[in-house]
Amino acid sequence: MLLETVNLTKKFGGLTAVDDVSFSVEKGKINAIIGPNGAGKSTFFNLVSGYYPPTSGQVFFKGEEITRLPSNKIARLGIARTFQTTNLFERATVLDNIIVGNRLRTQSNLWDAILRTPRLKREEQKCLDKAYEVLDFVNLTNHAHSVVENLTQEEKKRVAFALALATEPELVFLDEPAAGVNPDETEGLAELMKKMVDHGITVCLIEHKMQMIMSIAENIMVLNFGKKIAEGTPEDIMNDEEVIKAYLGGERHAEVK
Amino acid sequence: MSRLLLNKRFALSGLLLLVLVLPLITSNAYMIRILILTFIWTIAVYGLNLLAGYTGYLSLAHAGFFALGAYTLAILTVTVGLSYWLAFILTLVFTSIVGALIGMIALRTREHFFAIYTLCVGYIIYLIIYNWEGMTGGVRGFIGIPSPGSIGPLEFNSQISNYYLVLFFLVLTIVVIYRIVHSLQGRTFMAIRNSEDLAKTIGISTTKNKLIAFILSTFFAGLAGALFASFTRFIGPEISNITMTFDFLVYLLIGGIGTLSGPVIGTFIIVWISQELQFLQDYRMLVFGPILVILIIFAPRGISGFIIDWNLKRKAKKQQIESMKDMENNQEVKEG
Amino acid sequence: MDIFFQQLFNGLTIGSVYSLVALGLTLVYGILHIPNFAHGALYMMGGYITLTMMQTLGLYYWLAIFVSIVVVGLIGVLMERLVFHHLRHAPPIHDKIAAIGMLLFLEAFAHRVWGADYLEMATPHGQVVSVFGITFTLQRLIIIVAAVLVMFTLYLFLKKTYMGMTVIAMSQNRAGANLVGVNTNKVAMLTFFISGALAAIAASLSSPINLVFPGMGHLVILKAFVIIIIGGMGSIPGAIVGGYILGFTESLGATYISSDYKDIIAFILLVLILTIRPNGLFAKGGQS
Ligand SMILES: Nc1ncnc2c1ncn2[C@@H]1O[C@H](COP(=O)(O)OP(=O)(O)OP(=O)(O)O)[C@@H](O)[C@H]1O
Ligand SMILES: [Mg+2]
Repeated sequence: MLLETVNLTKKFGGLTAVDDVSFSVEKGKINAIIGPNGAGKSTFFNLVSGYYPPTSGQVFFKGEEITRLPSNKIARLGIARTFQTTNLFERATVLDNIIVGNRLRTQSNLWDAILRTPRLKREEQKCLDKAYEVLDFVNLTNHAHSVVENLTQEEKKRVAFALALATEPELVFLDEPAAGVNPDETEGLAELMKKMVDHGITVCLIEHKMQMIMSIAENIMVLNFGKKIAEGTPEDIMNDEEVIKAYLGGERHAEVK
Repeated sequence: MSRLLLNKRFALSGLLLLVLVLPLITSNAYMIRILILTFIWTIAVYGLNLLAGYTGYLSLAHAGFFALGAYTLAILTVTVGLSYWLAFILTLVFTSIVGALIGMIALRTREHFFAIYTLCVGYIIYLIIYNWEGMTGGVRGFIGIPSPGSIGPLEFNSQISNYYLVLFFLVLTIVVIYRIVHSLQGRTFMAIRNSEDLAKTIGISTTKNKLIAFILSTFFAGLAGALFASFTRFIGPEISNITMTFDFLVYLLIGGIGTLSGPVIGTFIIVWISQELQFLQDYRMLVFGPILVILIIFAPRGISGFIIDWNLKRKAKKQQIESMKDMENNQEVKEG
Repeated sequence: MDIFFQQLFNGLTIGSVYSLVALGLTLVYGILHIPNFAHGALYMMGGYITLTMMQTLGLYYWLAIFVSIVVVGLIGVLMERLVFHHLRHAPPIHDKIAAIGMLLFLEAFAHRVWGADYLEMATPHGQVVSVFGITFTLQRLIIIVAAVLVMFTLYLFLKKTYMGMTVIAMSQNRAGANLVGVNTNKVAMLTFFISGALAAIAASLSSPINLVFPGMGHLVILKAFVIIIIGGMGSIPGAIVGGYILGFTESLGATYISSDYKDIIAFILLVLILTIRPNGLFAKGGQS
């Protein structure tokens, strides 16, 4: 158990986007969160990654409480994330986007910059090496000098992965990594996630593509209207009545696919 | 690539040589005076660029900090009676501290709130200078500020010696800014500019780094202000006015916000044009206002950014042609 | 005690003007999310155009104001069409800079055409009135009454007409309004027209008791920003109430604290508010 939430709740005014959710991310596995649109999945990510504080409840990482830590500190502990909409710097090259990803593992400060100290030079080299390493990992080395806005959607997703990996995380949260990507490419991204796990990085993703989830995830949580309605292996989930109801539409959810 | 770099080095050395020997080949005191002022403004604009251009926070209090530097130097040298260089250093420390205090609060706000907040901070500084007659001289201004004191054998009484002194600080500023921008620190600033949320999730302390950028920007504003005070030896409250901030912005925008050469290019070109268009005087904004608007719509990174982009495109094209040639060659090899 | 009521009355006068200016600013902000730094220039143009109409064409005060409303409203529309419209998708720093560019242009323009002098505007309502021990010129009373009338008309327009309702709809949800068939371009232009018109009215009403000069918009616009931050960016009632509050605070502050520093009151208020609540007084919770 790498990360654990206890009774996590987030209210936006009258709306409870995440409602009393207790969930554990299992180490060394691909974990997934599914649920209809607006179920609170992204909000859940935002809570565990410190993007905003929960209304109540707690988050633990490796047994240590991280509930109200700011997101930059959480990143330093080894949790990385991607956003639902990739917000890379479109007008810069892939490499320029990635290099700063390892900044959190460096020490050099303003004085190092002004005085051009050996430490700065060493760390700059380290960031560059790291950038090439993660680009190699996601198979984008040949695009290192391409400008991001000229890449395909799938390539951008890979860049976002690479940036997350450059922070040297133990756990990555991926928000809809395969959205807007065609089936063949989805396959490739799924492979990439498996590769991360093989390299000792735990993955937790949000996805709407059921087929993909069912084939790669080992531990799934289902959210609906902010509440956890099921948790378990793909088989458990596929046979869960409440999940079927939420997805296939009881009376209230008819409009959700 | 290396040829381009060489060209750049060459051009830069040429330029530096030119400004170095300029006072020796011309005896036009007026021109030297304008150049000195241009150098001073450029320093201030570099400060603004670091914050607005590289970190993405548009501060409208910049003239306020410029004036803070100028008045602090004036008060420390004349009223308090400190020796010049001690006062000079204290001025830089003081403006940085004030910058840190204001930055800590101002930077909690974002986007337009930040712009409006700093606009108001600038205005408060202006009103204080204007109204606090006992300390600042109010509308009448502050007179009798000493020239920079001598350092060993170096004296700064003449205009030409002032020219070299200010030039020294300008070059120092450029070197420091160049090093910051081309370092991990600079990349950190740019990451914040591009997306503060993303920067945070990759572990960057945005609070700390924004504050660093803010303090640096006030430091350079203060430095420019201090140099201005001891060069003109007379200052009035209008240097803290919002119109002064707008002037800095015009220089920065036209030269190229978020580019290294932008502040130099913009300040020199605009000051030069303003000199040429003397008859416009107070109406110069009749021309520069629309230019600002047009630039921000069509070339938001100013002259310098335009050239950079153009160069990039040219390079990309060249690469394309070369790769096509390669392919042709390969084909020929195969066919042959 | 008399002084107190006199100052209260003065506060009401100044507050009326502030409210009108802040209203225009907040409308534009609510709909386009642009802090229009050039709004003060619209105010200034309003003063000059009314004055010119009266002096060169010899128009009657109220007729001159009408011309001014139309002209400044159209300048507002031009701003939207020529500039802000093209910056809808630009980074947030760009529209502010563009607004500053227009501000600089319009001020230089006024400077060029009308000179730097402080001009007086004559009013047909200069009579001195004395009620309950408070003495004032009729113009001040007219400012108060006219401002209330204008606000009431605006209220009717926004609540009771279809066009007005589209403005409200769009300020609440731009994308949604687009979906239900509101022509967002038209609404944007309309909003800028109203905003310019309000600025022209405010300037024309206050000019007889102040003066007309190129920088007359500076302080007013800054204070209008303070007001809409106090009242909530984009909130219409907030702008009105905020305007009066600032008016009262200033005129009482000038009497009981210091008249030299009365202009600082607004900014200190703002700095305090943003220090405590960085997203404004009425920001919704959520993001830290
Ligand atoms: N910052 C916010 N302020 C107010 N409401 C919010 C905020 N963020 C999310 N919400 C609301 O919370 C609910 C959950 O949103 P969330 O983005 O977490 O859903 P999701 O499961 O990720 O949906 P999708 O599959 O469409 O991405 C939605 O009703 C949304 O409108
Ligand atoms: Mg989501």
